Amino acid sequence: MISGYLARNGLESRIIATIVLILAAGIAVPVSNLVLDPLHPLHVPTYIVALLGKYLTYALLALALDLVWGFCGILSLGHGAFFALGGYAMGMYLMRQIGTRGVYGDPVMPDFMVFLNWKELPWYWYGFDQFWFAIVMVALVPGVIAFVFGWFAFRSRVTGVYLSIITQAMTYALMLAFFRNDMGFGGNNGLTDFKDILGFDVQADTTRAGLFAASAAALAIGVIVTARITGSHFGKLMIASRDGESRARFLGYRPEMVKLFAFTVSAVMAGVAGALYVPQVGIINPGEFAPANSIEVVVWTAVGGRGTIIGPIIGALLVNGGKSWFTGVLPEYWLFALGGLFVFVTLFLPKGIVGTFQAHIGRGREKRKANRAEDAQTPSGAEVSPVGAE
Amino acid sequence: MRPSASQSSPKSCDQTMRLAGPLTFAIAVFLSLASLAQSQEKPLLEIVNSFSDVRDFAQTEEIVAELGATGDPAVVPVLRALSEGDLHVRKSDNQVFIVSGRGKTLMIMDPLSGEMVGEEAKRALSKIRVNNGLRRLIRDTIGGLALASPDPAARLRAARTLIANPDASSLPAIEAALEKEADADVADGMMRARAAAILVSDRPDAEKSEAITAVAEIGTQDALSLLLGFRGQAEGDLREQVDRAIARVERVQSYWSMAQNVWYGLSLGSVLLLAAIGLAITFGVMGVINMAHGEMVMIGAYVTFVVQEVIRLNAPWLFDWSLAMALPLAFLVAGAVGYALERGVIRFLYGRPLETLLATWGVSLILQQAVRTIFGPTNREVGSPSWMSGAFEIGQLTITWNRLYIVLFALAVFALLLFVLNRTSFGLQMRAVTQNRRMAAAMGIRTPRVDAMTFALGSGVAGLAGVALSQIDNVSPNLGQGYIIDSFMVVVFGGVGNLWGTFVGALTLGIANKFLEPYAGAVLGKIFVLVFIILFIQKRPRGLFALKGRAAEA
Repeated sequence: MISGYLARNGLESRIIATIVLILAAGIAVPVSNLVLDPLHPLHVPTYIVALLGKYLTYALLALALDLVWGFCGILSLGHGAFFALGGYAMGMYLMRQIGTRGVYGDPVMPDFMVFLNWKELPWYWYGFDQFWFAIVMVALVPGVIAFVFGWFAFRSRVTGVYLSIITQAMTYALMLAFFRNDMGFGGNNGLTDFKDILGFDVQADTTRAGLFAASAAALAIGVIVTARITGSHFGKLMIASRDGESRARFLGYRPEMVKLFAFTVSAVMAGVAGALYVPQVGIINPGEFAPANSIEVVVWTAVGGRGTIIGPIIGALLVNGGKSWFTGVLPEYWLFALGGLFVFVTLFLPKGIVGTFQAHIGRGREKRKANRAEDAQTPSGAEVSPVGAE
Repeated sequence: MRPSASQSSPKSCDQTMRLAGPLTFAIAVFLSLASLAQSQEKPLLEIVNSFSDVRDFAQTEEIVAELGATGDPAVVPVLRALSEGDLHVRKSDNQVFIVSGRGKTLMIMDPLSGEMVGEEAKRALSKIRVNNGLRRLIRDTIGGLALASPDPAARLRAARTLIANPDASSLPAIEAALEKEADADVADGMMRARAAAILVSDRPDAEKSEAITAVAEIGTQDALSLLLGFRGQAEGDLREQVDRAIARVERVQSYWSMAQNVWYGLSLGSVLLLAAIGLAITFGVMGVINMAHGEMVMIGAYVTFVVQEVIRLNAPWLFDWSLAMALPLAFLVAGAVGYALERGVIRFLYGRPLETLLATWGVSLILQQAVRTIFGPTNREVGSPSWMSGAFEIGQLTITWNRLYIVLFALAVFALLLFVLNRTSFGLQMRAVTQNRRMAAAMGIRTPRVDAMTFALGSGVAGLAGVALSQIDNVSPNLGQGYIIDSFMVVVFGGVGNLWGTFVGALTLGIANKFLEPYAGAVLGKIFVLVFIILFIQKRPRGLFALKGRAAEA
């Protein structure tokens, strides 16, 4: 039913399979957690549900980065900032939901403000007691910041590594700002001690299952959005601005507008991912803005395969699964492994796992279909070499 | 100029006498006779020994005053020992000694000559007790006595102390000393001390009016607080004059605080320059985004640590040379790591800057973790050689030696690098390869080798920076992380491919940071600088000093 609808909308079968798989996991994992007996072999314990839910938000973040990096050639080293901003917007809602249950029992102000002797709620905290308002902000704040940032950067044709470096400076400046107590976002400790979301206890199994399902749904929507954008005429323009910005401009297009649109959509996706991440891990603090986090997102995308839609999802799940396993078994060596992964992927797997795999299959298929010329114009970015992003 | 350098003790006087010729000896004898004559009827030792039968603090106070009245610098060690609680009375014969050491037996020394007399059980001695009031009196007395010291520097220091803590009762001592003073500088200082003392005394208004002008000329924070204190009791003309003087001192103060900011800014700027200058080569000249650059700095700092450990264990007397020895080693080690990095990873990624960025970031994680595994995650102690500790003053500026050396070192490294790039054949080859690789290769330059050597040079310079930064920062595996973003900001701001751009960029950002700090606080100031750079790059995407012409297209 769903696949039929998606197919009518011109999505590739691979993408449809991915979406169906994500949605199936979004239903199966919560059901197994809630319905099956804890001793049943297929039962998924609650902590695994929370962990997988976290991975799904990471996957959405990696997909958001892929949209700008893989398809548009903008290597953002500041996507963690959009993720964290979305997370803070959600965290503010969750803080307001605590109400009188905080340590100081103030009905309006969060504990840290009472602790800092603040007399009233800062204006930018108004409205966050409403869920709809928080959701709007989750999309709006990263979106607007990305739009303004991109507006200036792309119009002045800041490209390549310069753009990477100033996105890094952006997230670094935001990190320093959020560490300050005066900002009114909890300073060093960030926002935590959440009690409930939409009236449900955040610790409860059912809420966690629900958040997992929501993350899966968000990821599925993210895949559809990315696929629709990249599959359209606009997607071709994105690839054109990636592979030959000057040429696209001389042909009468405006690459800066293409990039701006992609960057803004991507930031909104990252913000949504952050908003789903926060209730599942129970805390958001300025550490999320650290430049190292944003770079780690880049490696998830690179491992999976940039310029593909499935790649970043697989990359995020694999690398984070590896991280969880490593930090449990050999915590000393995780950074060696991660660093080695960076070097290995860039040297030997420049297209990532999925990209390499597709190129392998694609070569065989192309021989068979050598006569059909129009096949070269497949809209998926996988067939276009992602290398050479200027 | 260091404050601790020239404290005259009787012992060193002795040594000078033995070393100097007979003429000096004669003068010294004459001087000591004169000071004996000054101490009137009672010999010094007798006064000192009268400490043995004090009953209360009031009596001790009297004796201190009596010692002060002798005007003989020889009593200074006695008073100092008294203040520190080192002056003891031997119970058997009521003799007073200065003691040192711990435990049950103490060394005892003659109070005036400071010569070792022998050892004595602690039980046989009793300490002469002092309280805070006495300590203050002793301090003032020593200050007054130092005005009569034979060393002009000591006299000047005494005068300065008196400006900081003016006291009407010291006025006669100052005036007496002023009359005898031959050295113009010292006399000037004493005049100021006298003026400060007059302001807190009950001298007539005419003298106070003169004193206000004199104090205003001092222009320090002490002078300002003195004038502000005096303002409360001044009336009429005097009041107006004080207000004018205060305004004047405040103006002087603002100039000095600006100078202070400039100096701090230069100091920060030179640190940024050191951290960024290696990057200016690898990123600026070669176009390689080396995210492991910070780790090269860290390696340099750890090389310093290792060198100092080896010296500490095997040859402690060489400690003052540890930094000089660490410099070439740090250059070689960091350069070797850089060479390996270029040969092993980066050369496969030329023309793909974003991939280079990722791969070098991976290398930086590996290097960090390697150092953490070898040296542990905590901060390691790197000492400063004696010639780098301490501070000196220019006017109202306090300049610490280590900061000054780092500024000079940064300039030296910069000059050396300019020389290598512009005046050596290696530098010529380097510039040729970066400007037109294929043409350079056609001319017979071995481009891969030049690439590797250039990268090694940039990394080696980062290692040199690490030696300097180990003196002012914590040596931990995260050392490099703190500098990497700042370094990139400097290079990007200054303009890629241009060493002078890096130089100007580093100093500008350093000074801007320090001027913003008083208004916005350290963190907010830094945020402003980052936002400024982000906006600046929109305006000039290629930095302050952009390359023009064909080189810019590459």
